[in-house]
Amino acid sequence: MTAVAPDGFAAGPTGTGETAGTDGEATGTDGGATGAGGGANGGDGGEAGVGGGETGADGNESYRLNVDGFLRTVNGARLGDSLLTVLRDTLGVTAVKDACEQGRCGACSVLLDGRLAASCTVLAADADGTRVVTVAGLGGAGLARAVRAMFLAEGAVQCGFCTPGFVVAVTDLLTRHPDADEEEIREALAGNICRCTGYGRILAAVRAVQAERSLLRSGDAHSSGQTQRPPDGGPDGG
Amino acid sequence: MGGEVVSGGIGRSVPRPDGPEKASGAFRYAGDLRVPGMLHARTLRSPHPRARLGRIDAAAARRLPGVAAVVTAADVPGVATYGLIVADQPVFAATEVRYAGEPVAAVAAVDAATARRALAAIEVDYEPLRPSTDPEQVLAADAEALHPAGNLFREIDIRHGEPGVDGSVVVEDRYVVGMQDQAFLAPEAALVSPAADGGVDLRVATQWLHSDREQLAACLGIPENLVRLTLAGVGGAFGGREDVTLQIHGALLARVTGAPVRIAYDRVESFLGHPHRHPARMWFRHTATADGELVSVQANVVLDGGAYASSSPAVLANAVTHAAGPYRVSHARLRGVAVRTNNPPCGAMRGFGVPQVTIGHEAQMDRLADALGLDPVELRIRNAVRPGDVLPTGQVLGAPLPARELIQLVAARPLPPPPPAVDVTGLALPGGLPAAAEPSRVRRGVGYALAYKNLLFSEGMDDSSAARVRLDLTDDGTPRVRVHSACAEVGQGFVTIAGQIARTELGVEQVVLAPADTAVGSAGSTSASRQTWMSGGAVRGACVAVADRLLARVARAAELPAEVVEAPRRTLRIAAGQIVGVEAGLRIAIADALAEGPIEADYTFHHRRTTALDADGQGDPHVAFAGAAHRAVVDVDIDLGLVRVVSMALAQDCGTVLNPLSLRGQVEGGTAQGLGLALMEELVTVDGVVVNPTFHDYLLPTTADVPDLDFVAVTEPQPDAPYGVKGVGEAPTCTATPAIVAAIRAAVGRDLRRVPVRPQDLVDLPTRSDLPRSDLPTSPHLPTRSGVAPAGGASTA
Repeated sequence: MTAVAPDGFAAGPTGTGETAGTDGEATGTDGGATGAGGGANGGDGGEAGVGGGETGADGNESYRLNVDGFLRTVNGARLGDSLLTVLRDTLGVTAVKDACEQGRCGACSVLLDGRLAASCTVLAADADGTRVVTVAGLGGAGLARAVRAMFLAEGAVQCGFCTPGFVVAVTDLLTRHPDADEEEIREALAGNICRCTGYGRILAAVRAVQAERSLLRSGDAHSSGQTQRPPDGGPDGG
Repeated sequence: MGGEVVSGGIGRSVPRPDGPEKASGAFRYAGDLRVPGMLHARTLRSPHPRARLGRIDAAAARRLPGVAAVVTAADVPGVATYGLIVADQPVFAATEVRYAGEPVAAVAAVDAATARRALAAIEVDYEPLRPSTDPEQVLAADAEALHPAGNLFREIDIRHGEPGVDGSVVVEDRYVVGMQDQAFLAPEAALVSPAADGGVDLRVATQWLHSDREQLAACLGIPENLVRLTLAGVGGAFGGREDVTLQIHGALLARVTGAPVRIAYDRVESFLGHPHRHPARMWFRHTATADGELVSVQANVVLDGGAYASSSPAVLANAVTHAAGPYRVSHARLRGVAVRTNNPPCGAMRGFGVPQVTIGHEAQMDRLADALGLDPVELRIRNAVRPGDVLPTGQVLGAPLPARELIQLVAARPLPPPPPAVDVTGLALPGGLPAAAEPSRVRRGVGYALAYKNLLFSEGMDDSSAARVRLDLTDDGTPRVRVHSACAEVGQGFVTIAGQIARTELGVEQVVLAPADTAVGSAGSTSASRQTWMSGGAVRGACVAVADRLLARVARAAELPAEVVEAPRRTLRIAAGQIVGVEAGLRIAIADALAEGPIEADYTFHHRRTTALDADGQGDPHVAFAGAAHRAVVDVDIDLGLVRVVSMALAQDCGTVLNPLSLRGQVEGGTAQGLGLALMEELVTVDGVVVNPTFHDYLLPTTADVPDLDFVAVTEPQPDAPYGVKGVGEAPTCTATPAIVAAIRAAVGRDLRRVPVRPQDLVDLPTRSDLPRSDLPTSPHLPTRSGVAPAGGASTA
């Protein structure tokens, strides 16, 4: 069950190249290496991460990433760096959030060629040649706009740290499956953790987007108009 | 205020002002902050739960290219220790480490990877010592002191009524609660910059800026006015940011290097770096008359505070004073200790000592009902406290506290349909798709819990919150309110409420919040369900003062009589954007009244005074209470020990509702955290070492686990609070856990004395031999400093 070594600490240095081979106790509980290791090597955390970072320990090649429609040159990143690390630390795309580095919380969700992924579980260099779309690149119109608007109107945002990942995941779900039923919605969003809301308002926002889109489709197939809920028009939450 | 109502005032579901930026990803959290030339800091932590600390050799680390500084205990210029209540925690361990994860050194380097390499290059001589990890052993006469201040953080003994008076029906048992983590989603982070005046500037995610400042200044050895903090975006808190974690380390490195320092934790370090919810071991004995009237309650609570005090003394007071629950009882002996061990430090988490005892007293009430042959709801209704009742501390319960109404309301909610005989989707039964429960092996159970939770700080503390409000004109001549409060917005929605209050009091739509910082007076902590009441009260008071001056100015300008100028509210009022005086025939735009200049006022809000507990645990310790009742319905797969929470209903005593949408978010979130504690959330330690400090192994509720909440608010106003509000975030966390555990007990017919309830507790699976078997000692009593608990000596139902 555990992704860390039995003493809880020794897994720390095994993940990334720069600390490979160092003594586990000397690094103490420095968890950064654990996280980065897990992140760079898939969703199974430390176990899968063992040794994975060695491939790019000192690798430092330049490559390009298509992020939110812009071709960005990546310099100075290690080949073992996760897409999350490169987005945040190399390219400054902080709209993508970093909360677990194990693919367990969905805060770093992005679309890769239209497929939902936890960017901490993808090597950045492997994303060369794919279209990376973050919450910032979903655009200010259409479905993503409706999702964001309903998140606000329905009270789905509190601390907001999970919100960018949720907006990406909900947009992805409703793109692929606009009429997802209750259980399908819950199953699809179970990879995104929210610690504040208890999910009630998030699920309400998803249902509200569905209702609005359904109304749009059935009400007037020719209309291009929006039936945007006014920002102060939230329901009586009590 | 009467008349035309400005939009976005109190009582409306106003959306969050920071919502659009949060939803677009543009909002800057503490971990998102970057400045050119900044260094990256990391912390070296002890792998041992207890060890004598020998030489720390950082020479090799300092020689690494790119390393700017290494700091240890020797580099702390001021006081060597810090803490919320007692300064007993070393900034860095100096002679001994007392928990696995305790900071030993910190490094600043040009990038995070170099900082990590530097940590690995620091050589530390540890001489491991045998850790003391059993909280029931550390007070024994021959137990070794784990700290110069000893092993007892606090002991409380509440004596109420007559000793030895019992009812004829007796139930007695022990209960154990595991260690829950706040698991806020954004790990700790700060950006610290040295200042030219010798001071330091921090942008940090915290719950209490001014407490951080006080502790920082003491340890840095500089005056408080040279330590300036600004709140950075906070991604959740739940108590876990009330203690200082990385603030002092970052500030030391910034001052030593003269460069800005980014210090940030990842998830593993977050789990190790902040205090958790106290694990509890509790013994309860309840007696009642044959017709179901509670006669006496005895409780003995041991809280494991871990290596350092944090807020243990205050958490213990909450646990012990609430141990009998919201029930009328004539005789009580409620005792508790918070002790030091070599486990991770524990402190504040949502509910603050009350969730633990609620798990105990609600299990007891169910057992009592069973022993009496009474319905558990009926037993609670018969014994629920009412305003005017004397609580075990001698405090007279104030109004409102509709305990009886809450349990009646929640029991009356419609029940969900029975579990499906055929699970078509594979998602509707415990475990979901991967577990594929066999429908005939699923059992349904229903459980209830009732609790009350104190609001605000207790035990005589003169707690306060300051706010500054300025009313001026924008460049285009529109009136605008600027609110300045140091209240930490951690997600709870104070930024929304503050705007609603300002609009309501000043009739102006445009409200801006200045950044929360230490340039204004303390707002106290964002904890104890206190900020809507306390900082809401401060904002309201400052707005009222501004409004009074505005009205007096208008009265003067209109040459109204002197008595009107002195008490203008008798004649004039503020409506939407205007000052109106019906008798005086006056109507003037606020914008015009501001032409001669802005108006600014400060206000400091205090709640009513409470008192400390005396030697018999008597006093008037709590400002007020909020009540909650949950009903949980669960399905249990009796082969696999998996639980699905089918439905949750909540009735809560909310006071006046300022924002229905925010309220709903708070009670749903609080319910989900209680669900987590019931079923999955536990930081597991083996010999003091946390074995699951990741989201892979510390499980949190997801959309697959948390059902929709059927919520009923009781909205009787709290008389001494602004607008009649009550804090709402904590009470539902206290009741969700015991309601779910009660439902599981009802489904499977087991006692279930341990929380979280694990699959092996439901189906007798073998437990890994290296993990604690059950934490359930065989002795019915718990030790205290002065001996064992009073003997029960009666039958156990």
